[in-house]
Amino acid sequence: MNPAQARVLPGTSKRGGKAEPFGSRNARYTWRKITNVVMLTLTGAATGLAIVPLIWITVYVTMQGSRFLNLAFLTQLPTPVGVPGGGVVHAIVGTGIVVAIACAIAIPIAVAGAFFAADHPNSPLGIAIRFGTDVLSGIPSIVIGIFAYTLIVLPQRHFSAFSGGVALAIIMLPLVLRTTEEMLKLVPRNLREGSLALGASNWKTSVQVLLPAALNGVVTGIMLAIARAAGEAAPMLFTAFGSTGLNTDLDQPTATLPHTIYIYAMSPFKDWQDKAWAAALMLIVLVLGLNILARALTWWRARQMGLNY
Amino acid sequence: MLATKPSERLSMFTRALENNPQENVTTTTNIKMRVQNLNFYYGTFRAIADVTMDIPENRITAIIGSSGCGKSTLLRTLNRMGELVAHTRTQGTVLLDGENIYDRNMDVVLVRRRVGMVFQRPNPFPKPIFDNVAYGPRLLGVRGQELEQIVEQSLRDAALWDEVKDKLHESGLALSGGQQQRLCVARAIAIKPEVILMDEPCAALDPIATYKIEELMLTLRSAYTIVIVTHNMQQAARVSDFTAFMNMNPQRAGVLVEFGPTKQIFTNPTKPETEDYITGRFG
Repeated sequence: MNPAQARVLPGTSKRGGKAEPFGSRNARYTWRKITNVVMLTLTGAATGLAIVPLIWITVYVTMQGSRFLNLAFLTQLPTPVGVPGGGVVHAIVGTGIVVAIACAIAIPIAVAGAFFAADHPNSPLGIAIRFGTDVLSGIPSIVIGIFAYTLIVLPQRHFSAFSGGVALAIIMLPLVLRTTEEMLKLVPRNLREGSLALGASNWKTSVQVLLPAALNGVVTGIMLAIARAAGEAAPMLFTAFGSTGLNTDLDQPTATLPHTIYIYAMSPFKDWQDKAWAAALMLIVLVLGLNILARALTWWRARQMGLNY
Repeated sequence: MLATKPSERLSMFTRALENNPQENVTTTTNIKMRVQNLNFYYGTFRAIADVTMDIPENRITAIIGSSGCGKSTLLRTLNRMGELVAHTRTQGTVLLDGENIYDRNMDVVLVRRRVGMVFQRPNPFPKPIFDNVAYGPRLLGVRGQELEQIVEQSLRDAALWDEVKDKLHESGLALSGGQQQRLCVARAIAIKPEVILMDEPCAALDPIATYKIEELMLTLRSAYTIVIVTHNMQQAARVSDFTAFMNMNPQRAGVLVEFGPTKQIFTNPTKPETEDYITGRFG
């Protein structure tokens, strides 16, 4: 190739056989500017559209729900239909219990499984864990509800908070496992090697070095899983079922917020429909509050440790 | 500089060699580790080919050579860190006090307790300074006052104590790069290993921090056997007692070209390849 030709760089136009310098303002330059502005506008508009539902839902639920949200709603049991006042304390407590059971079951299994999968990504079991959890996270929650129903409710012949917890645990398991695994993989390899080089076993390395370094991400993953599980109504239909009174017995049917919203919203009574809005607001506030709390805790901890990656 | 003859350019190491406080190092000492016919494979690619070398006790052995010639890989075979990478295979033997560390009955955890390591990038754990140094001893079950003594002594030996004694409970990540690397040295010597492997320990450090690490190596030499991989030939000339020069063979596998006392390698190498590399005339 002749050197004079080689100097004509791609993207520069030739006029009278001379290459335009890169900095010149020509038609191509203008075209690029226009394309850039158009694309920026489009992506910006898409971003705006993406957050519209979030803002809309939050504002609407807050407007509708806040009218009926009061201390009695948070602390009292439901009153019979037609009697004014009363609240959903039974559902708030019930959601807390069912989610706590789900966490107790899902988190240890998910975190331990994530350690294995992150440590042995190419082993048959590691591949099986990843594939299995991916499939599991795609199963509709109502199917998981029927599964828990068949597994626990049918043999026991009664609905229970425990069976609801198991159903939610199955929903949380893949979410927590996969986020934990990803977070563990993000821990710099030289931290792991530093520990192993001191004669630490894989187990010690995981617990003492990898988990603390990945904790922020792991906690975020758990929070997202809780938020997802706490909002599930479908599996509750077959498991925790619901109750009208306060129940703290794990072996008894228990009301939960999403299930209560479902029952109240579908009811013909104006009073119940109003309470459904308030309960929906309650659920959003609970999940949001939990998220903020977790983020604040992990942020504080990261500062303490001087974590900067 | 480039116009000078190789023999003259060797003299650029004179000052470094003069600063090297080696005393009678070439006199025989015990051989701490023996590498025999070692081959290392990443998948089907042979990264190390038939390396045989002896690492003398209480001496600093430097491994030099161009990038990608397998220096770090060789170093990592000495405490079985190489096998942490998937699909690798080691062939041959590495004897530590006469015992093959690749023996079926050898526990890799015990090997790494005896052969410690300092990495290229300082890698303190995201824990307080104290806990960083205490990490190894705690694994061995040391607790209480004994643990505190070990932490203090290790930090003193790593020439870091005076700088951190008032902030032992601050994160190790809050220290400067050079301090972090000395913290990693303290962490390594806290379990009293017999050998310390250093993989380009000064590559991420400024000259002052580098100087401190080099001084540290020289003081540690009396108690430990040190093997250091370095790109910095001045550094090899300044601190090491023995030097191994590695290069790639035509199949791109790392081979040991020459091993000998540092002074000899830098002033009177026997292989032309070594002289080419040291004088900057290779490739």
